Amino acid sequence: MLYLESLAIQPKKIEIDMKKRSSSFINMFVTLAVVTLAASASLGFVYQLTKEPIAKAQLEKQKKAINEVLPGFDNDPIAAQFKLPIPESSDSLLFYPVIKGEQVLGHAIKTYSSKGYSGDIWIMLGMDQQGKVTQYAVLEHKETPGLGSKISAEQFREQFIGLLDEPEVTKDGGRIDAISGATISSRAVCEAIVKAQATWQQLADNN
Amino acid sequence: MKKQIDNRENFLKGFIRENPVFSLLLGLCPALGVTTTAINGLGMGLATTFVLLMSNVVIALIKNLIPDKVRIPSFIVIIASFVTIVDLVMAGYLPALHAQLGLFIPLIVVNCIVLGRAEAFASKNKVLASAVDALGMGFGFAFALTLLGAVRELLGSLSLFGVKLIPGDGLLVFVLAPGAFIALGFLVALVNWYKREEEKKGKSKKVAA
Repeated sequence: MLYLESLAIQPKKIEIDMKKRSSSFINMFVTLAVVTLAASASLGFVYQLTKEPIAKAQLEKQKKAINEVLPGFDNDPIAAQFKLPIPESSDSLLFYPVIKGEQVLGHAIKTYSSKGYSGDIWIMLGMDQQGKVTQYAVLEHKETPGLGSKISAEQFREQFIGLLDEPEVTKDGGRIDAISGATISSRAVCEAIVKAQATWQQLADNN
Repeated sequence: MKKQIDNRENFLKGFIRENPVFSLLLGLCPALGVTTTAINGLGMGLATTFVLLMSNVVIALIKNLIPDKVRIPSFIVIIASFVTIVDLVMAGYLPALHAQLGLFIPLIVVNCIVLGRAEAFASKNKVLASAVDALGMGFGFAFALTLLGAVRELLGSLSLFGVKLIPGDGLLVFVLAPGAFIALGFLVALVNWYKREEEKKGKSKKVAA
C-alpha cells in the first residue's frame, strides 16, 4: 500500500522538478549557448539550401529585364557583360551587349541612382546603337508603395522610349511628366538614365 | 469532447474576439506599413502565420528547458531564425512576392504578436494548443491585414487584388500612412460595434433561457 502510494506521488514530484530550470548562471549560459548555436546551425543549413535558387532567381530577373528593354536577342548578354567607368566618378556600370545573329541590337546598362526617396534605385536601361533609349525596367527599389513604386508602371516608363537627349522632369524644365506625389523618385530615374547615357557616350566615341 | 471545443474556441478567438489587430491592437507597424494592397496584406499575414506557428511550437517544446531569466532572449533568437528562414526561402522560390514584401519580412521579428504569443501562450501551454493558438492568431492577423489592404486598395487605387475595378486615380491619402490610420480606426470601430451586438445577443439569450 505504501509502496503504491509512493509510486503515485513520484511522477508528480518529477513534474515539479521538471517544471522550470532554475536561473543559475551556468544554466543561463548553457541555454543561451545552445539556443544560439542551434539557430546559427539551422540558418547556415537553410542558407546553403537556398543559395542556388536565390542566385538563379536573381539571374533570371536580370535576363527578364534585358529581354524587356531590348527584346529578340539570341546571345547570352550576361556572359558577355563588361564594365565601363562613369565619367567624373570612381564608380562603373555594367554593360550587357545584346546581339541578334550578326547584328548588335544595342546594350542593356545596369544603372542606379542614390537620389531616390529611400535607398538606391537600380534599373536596367536599354540603348540601341544610335544611343536612343529603348525602354527601362526597374530591378530594385525601396520607394513608397503606391507612390514612388509607380516608377515601374507602364504609364511612366513609356515617356522614355525613343529618348535621345537627357531626360528631365517638367519641374526642372524637361519633358518627363513626374509621378504625382513622387517627384523625387521620378527625378532619381532621370538621374540614373543620364548617368548611363554619359557612360554610353564613351562606347560611341571609341567606335 | 470538451477538448475539441476548447481547440475550436482557441482557434476562432483570433478572428474577432481577440483579433491581434482589431481587438488587441498589436502588430500595428506591419499592419499599417504593408497594407497598401490586399495582396501585400495577405502575403505578410501568411508569412507572419508561418513564423508564429513555428516559433510557438518550438517554444512550447522547449519551454521547460529554458531558465526564466533568459527566456526573452532565447525566444527572440528562435523567432529571428524563423524570420530569416522565411526571408531566404521566399527570395529563392517566390522572387516575385519577395520583391513586394522583402522590405517588411525582417520586421516580423519585432512584431509584438509573435513574441506576445510566445510569452503569453506557448510558454505556458502544450504543443498542440500552442500550434492551434498560433494558427488562430496568424489567420486572424492575415484576415485583418487583407481586409485593411482591400479597403485601402479600393479607396486609394480603385482596384482589388491588383484588378482595376474603376478607372481613375482614387484618393491618394489612403495609399499613404494617414489613410492607413483612418481605415484602421473605422475597422476597429466596426469590430467593436459587432462585438457589442454579439454580447447583447448573448445576454438576451441567457435571460430567455
